Amino acid sequence: MIDYLGDLLEGLLVTFQLSFTALGIGGILGLAAALARIYGNKPLSYLANGYIELIRGTPLTVQLFIIYFGLPSLGLLFSPTFSAIVALGVNSGAYQAEYFRGAIESIGGGQMEAALSVGMSRLQAILRIILPQAFRLALPSWSNEAAYLPKYSSVAFLVTVPELLAKSKMVISRNLKPLEVYLVVGLIYLVTIATISKILDMMYEKYKITVE
Amino acid sequence: MGTEKEAIGDRSLTTVVSVRDVWKSYGKVEVVKGVSFDVDEGTTTVIFGPSGAGKSTLLRCINMLHPPDRGTVFLRDIDLMKTGSKMNYYRSRFGMVFQHFNLFSHLTVLNNVTIGPRVVRKIPKDDAKAIAMKAIEKVRMKDWCNQYPSQLSGGQKQRVGIARALAMDPDVILLDEPTSALDPELIGEVLQTMLDLAKEKKTMICVTHEMGFAKAVASEMIFMDEGVVVESGSPEHFFRNPTNERTKRFLSRLTELYGRHEGKERAAADQE
Repeated sequence: MIDYLGDLLEGLLVTFQLSFTALGIGGILGLAAALARIYGNKPLSYLANGYIELIRGTPLTVQLFIIYFGLPSLGLLFSPTFSAIVALGVNSGAYQAEYFRGAIESIGGGQMEAALSVGMSRLQAILRIILPQAFRLALPSWSNEAAYLPKYSSVAFLVTVPELLAKSKMVISRNLKPLEVYLVVGLIYLVTIATISKILDMMYEKYKITVE
Repeated sequence: MGTEKEAIGDRSLTTVVSVRDVWKSYGKVEVVKGVSFDVDEGTTTVIFGPSGAGKSTLLRCINMLHPPDRGTVFLRDIDLMKTGSKMNYYRSRFGMVFQHFNLFSHLTVLNNVTIGPRVVRKIPKDDAKAIAMKAIEKVRMKDWCNQYPSQLSGGQKQRVGIARALAMDPDVILLDEPTSALDPELIGEVLQTMLDLAKEKKTMICVTHEMGFAKAVASEMIFMDEGVVVESGSPEHFFRNPTNERTKRFLSRLTELYGRHEGKERAAADQE
């Protein structure tokens, strides 16, 4: 068993690389989409809404295949890892947008009014008052996204990214022990996600606020 | 232009705020329908009237939180409708105190009060803190500096709300029913703070039904209903011989409801 653990951990590193980069990209896209939906003008708001509905209404695998297998016919050729990161990031962004939007909307107009009334601009109010509260409120549901991504990133093996699941298939093709290897892989995912959840729970407890 | 100059011309020298024929509607609902009045330096103006009369909307028009559809507001000689990108700055010249406090939930009491001076007036951290502490001491909340809003009582929250407004050293303080979300036993501490401000000759425009407060400090009272000023005048005028039937009915309703508190506040005011 020990002899292939190194291979799997290499795969886990790639899984981390995929999921954390995608989480970051998704965070930026999600925040932009949420702000566009709430504070944007009509075209921006529709654009954000279209993005969210399109991504949430189609399977992640299809999105990945369009980027990796589909776009080359338009002359856009991306590496497997880059395609996987883009697909996961764009996908995660749509879900994160909804978490952020829910959080921002639960804050209520009074906070914005108060911020504007001390003389802040709308942008200052969003940056200083609305977002710091929204992040805290979004954290519990956002934790789901952070816990899902390492698991969802396993679709990257379909486009030959050497992440954890792809590595395990390689190991199995050598040692022909699927049950054992998949159990170990499952355990690695479990420990990873439990750790991430624990860290986020601790962050939530530390920063949680009661909204007026 | 000509009419505006005339409008400025007939104000007295000490006028701080001049509300000129302000109209505001939301969708098809006309909420404020042509309100005008002046507020003199160092005085308290009390606005009262039934809910839906447009009082809160009028306050939000005055500090351009919701700029009026028609008409304008002057802060001294500045036409606020023509301030363009500087509107945020001029809004900070009005302190605002809200019915539901609207303290920033993620900030401590101290930071609630510091954030305006720091972000808007760009005052360095230590100086902003000194300004904030002065305001916090004024509302007697020094011991709660490091608490979060959720750890405070309603009366304490509202006093922090007043401190937050004071820290910006505003020309005028707008108070939107500052005591109406409070439990009866907490109203006194907030009214006392407001009385202190009146005594210091802070210019205030206050939407309230606390008639004891109005009697004690208001130099002008404005009765609003259905978006218009029905009647305005001194407290003596309102409590001795209001002329309008609607005003009379509303005042007698208030006395029925709040008669007991009024006596108490009056006593507090008389002590001053």
